[in-house]
Amino acid sequence: MDTNVRQSKKLMIVDDSNIIRRRIERSQQIDRLEVVGAAANGRDAVELFRRTQPDVVTMDLTMPEMDGIECVEKLIAINPNVLILVVSALADKATAVEAIEKGANGFLCKPFTDRQLNDALEELLRQT
Amino acid sequence: MLKEAEIRTFVDGTTNYFEVSGRQPATVGSPYLVTDGKPGTYEYTGVIGISGARKGIVYFTAPRGMLTVLLMRMQETDCSEETILDLVGEVANTISGNARRDFGKSFVISVPTVVAHNPEKVTPPHQRCYVIPINWRAHSAKLVVCLE
Repeated sequence: MDTNVRQSKKLMIVDDSNIIRRRIERSQQIDRLEVVGAAANGRDAVELFRRTQPDVVTMDLTMPEMDGIECVEKLIAINPNVLILVVSALADKATAVEAIEKGANGFLCKPFTDRQLNDALEELLRQT
Repeated sequence: MLKEAEIRTFVDGTTNYFEVSGRQPATVGSPYLVTDGKPGTYEYTGVIGISGARKGIVYFTAPRGMLTVLLMRMQETDCSEETILDLVGEVANTISGNARRDFGKSFVISVPTVVAHNPEKVTPPHQRCYVIPINWRAHSAKLVVCLE
């Protein structure tokens, strides 16, 4: 088994829905991830990112203050090695491509099952 | 004016939301057209503003009972007013965002606005709105699509 996948990584959750933030946070299937913080908009996420220096970020796109695409760009500028999983309802291919081009590593469309979230995070961690 | 295929996009999005998040598919009734600008609301409504190539609103409106059960099916234990409002906005956001699979990136959606116990605050921008009736676990709700 790949030992990199088993290493504990710091996770930051960014979503304007408290329900989604809690849902990702309490997922029992991602026990290799330690949640270090959660933000409800892009601006707060950038600040939290600087303080907590997470390895992995789940990122919503449609948010107040600063949207997810802009936030991805800012996080990548701070740490190009961060792994970002976009978790968004925006289901068009162009948006997914744009997010990847800006530096995101994966895209999970809402609504999602726990299994789909787990698989997407596993896939992300394999990229380390 | 919406084409039949465009209405189907919202019907499919609604069905998918309940099947995935509520872990039980919803029964969607026949969509119908309202021409008096009064498609109606339940207790809680999540409204998404649409701009770009299409303009108008999409809203999801539901009674507290349905939203509470939906939260429980999502393993959420907090059923406070704040969480109910969060959920109704998230449902509207997800169904509207999913519609971009067919409408494309030029179907620009706003962050949700949520309204509780105050149906007068939900004002469609046009007289003609399509109503998609939703039945799920003995509860009824509506998705209203009002686009020019």
